[in-house]
Amino acid sequence: MLELSRVSASYGSVPAITDVNISIAEGEAVGLLGANGAGKSTTLRAVSGLVKLFGGKVTFDGVDLATLPPYRIPELGIAHVPEGRQVFPEMTVQENLEIGAFTPRAKPDRQRTMQLVYDIFPRLADRKKQLAGTMSGGEQQMLAVGRGLMLKPRLLMLDEPSLGLAPVMTDVTFEKIGEIHKMGTAILLVEQNVSRALSLVQRAYVLESGNVIMHGTSTELANNKQVQAAYLGI
Amino acid sequence: MLETLAQAVINGLLIGGIYALVSIGVTLIFGVVKIVNFAQGEFVMIGMYISFFLATQFGIDPLVSLVVSMPVLFVAGMLIQHFLIRRVLGPNDMPQIFLTFALSLLLLNLSLMLFTANYRTVHTWYSDEALHFGGLYIPVAKLIAFVVAMGLSALLWVFLHTTDLGKAMRAASQNRDVAMLMGINPNRVFAVAFGTALALAGAAGSLLMPFYSAYPFVGQVFVLMAFVAVVMGTLGNVMGALIASLMMGVAESLGIQFVGADSGLIVVFALLLLTLAFRPSGLGAQRGR
Repeated sequence: MLELSRVSASYGSVPAITDVNISIAEGEAVGLLGANGAGKSTTLRAVSGLVKLFGGKVTFDGVDLATLPPYRIPELGIAHVPEGRQVFPEMTVQENLEIGAFTPRAKPDRQRTMQLVYDIFPRLADRKKQLAGTMSGGEQQMLAVGRGLMLKPRLLMLDEPSLGLAPVMTDVTFEKIGEIHKMGTAILLVEQNVSRALSLVQRAYVLESGNVIMHGTSTELANNKQVQAAYLGI
Repeated sequence: MLETLAQAVINGLLIGGIYALVSIGVTLIFGVVKIVNFAQGEFVMIGMYISFFLATQFGIDPLVSLVVSMPVLFVAGMLIQHFLIRRVLGPNDMPQIFLTFALSLLLLNLSLMLFTANYRTVHTWYSDEALHFGGLYIPVAKLIAFVVAMGLSALLWVFLHTTDLGKAMRAASQNRDVAMLMGINPNRVFAVAFGTALALAGAAGSLLMPFYSAYPFVGQVFVLMAFVAVVMGTLGNVMGALIASLMMGVAESLGIQFVGADSGLIVVFALLLLTLAFRPSGLGAQRGR
């Protein structure tokens, strides 16, 4: 479904990536692991069109994403939940969700999808009218994921969903991501919490200094000596 | 004394409505497109001349010519955004500042050439009418202008809070990149924001025409107050700009009444300085965030 072939990109102070190859099949959950500054977020931004590629190609169902302006990419069914949540702080929870279904593809089902999001995150249903900026970090993360779901994504890209969350909230977040994946949505998960990520995804890529240095199934990576030493503290 | 005070407050609120239309436009452009439009006052001036010529050539009441000045300036705003502003949007603010400043000077000098520096007035049947409540005096033309200005502001608020395009504009003003991740086309949103802001300036012009003279520099009177209100009401905050505009209208009027006829602005700028000293991000800023 999503194919990155020999993608190179950088923009300003964003860490660069070089010759990155990644593929994700329909309904698959894939991890993108690595240390801070390895280029994980840049990879997601290269898919969303927020950074310009200077080499390689990103295709989604065979469509070359470089031929589309960034605001046309969500219409294909790619949702990007950015790092640090980035909800619209001066809009209510409900408005944030509504704007998540802005694309023509998602708009007709807005009410139904919103009900689904409220079912997954009952906390958001309790806070419909609250301004997003006044909620806790964990609640904002739920909202950011919920806003991504409003797009009715075929691929949900999550950038560090556990960042800055208390352990309990991290548990909840990962549990919910698991539920969303079971409903048939493909997931591309960027995480620094490697053991956490490996318990959720089927396959993963390890990035280091902008290069994919390793990839394999979760089991393979969890048993890999190098991964254990570098990321799992074993 | 009390009556004089009440009269001064009324005068201030009435003119504050016009300031609000201008300042809401400035703050909308700043909030969404992230540029300062120094030419906003000139679009008030253009709105006035549109109403002046429709009144003198075709006998159309300035209030009716609102339905011409607003759409004309809306389209002009979309075109200016699309063909001029869009080219200078980027990390560097300087080209934007010079562009809108140059636009302001160009429009000023064009109007001097086309319309001369003469003061132009339109006399309507309600231009000299006034309502009297006890000792208080409310000029009808200013009252109409105030009511229409508040109505247009309310319409804008409803647009921003209930329509998809309005919400997209607010989203783009809060986080442009993430708005694109929602599928929002920023160029489209910017064009609508610019057009809307200019339409409001045009409305201000038409509403002024029954009681104020049109001349090429007239916009400067209003844009100065608008900038003060935009800063005091917190940059980019529509409701803040509206409230601050009314406050500034009252402050100016009280200054004229109690400090001196030429001293209204002293009070306005004293308030601006106090606000900047104690609430630097303006009165409309959210607390605790």
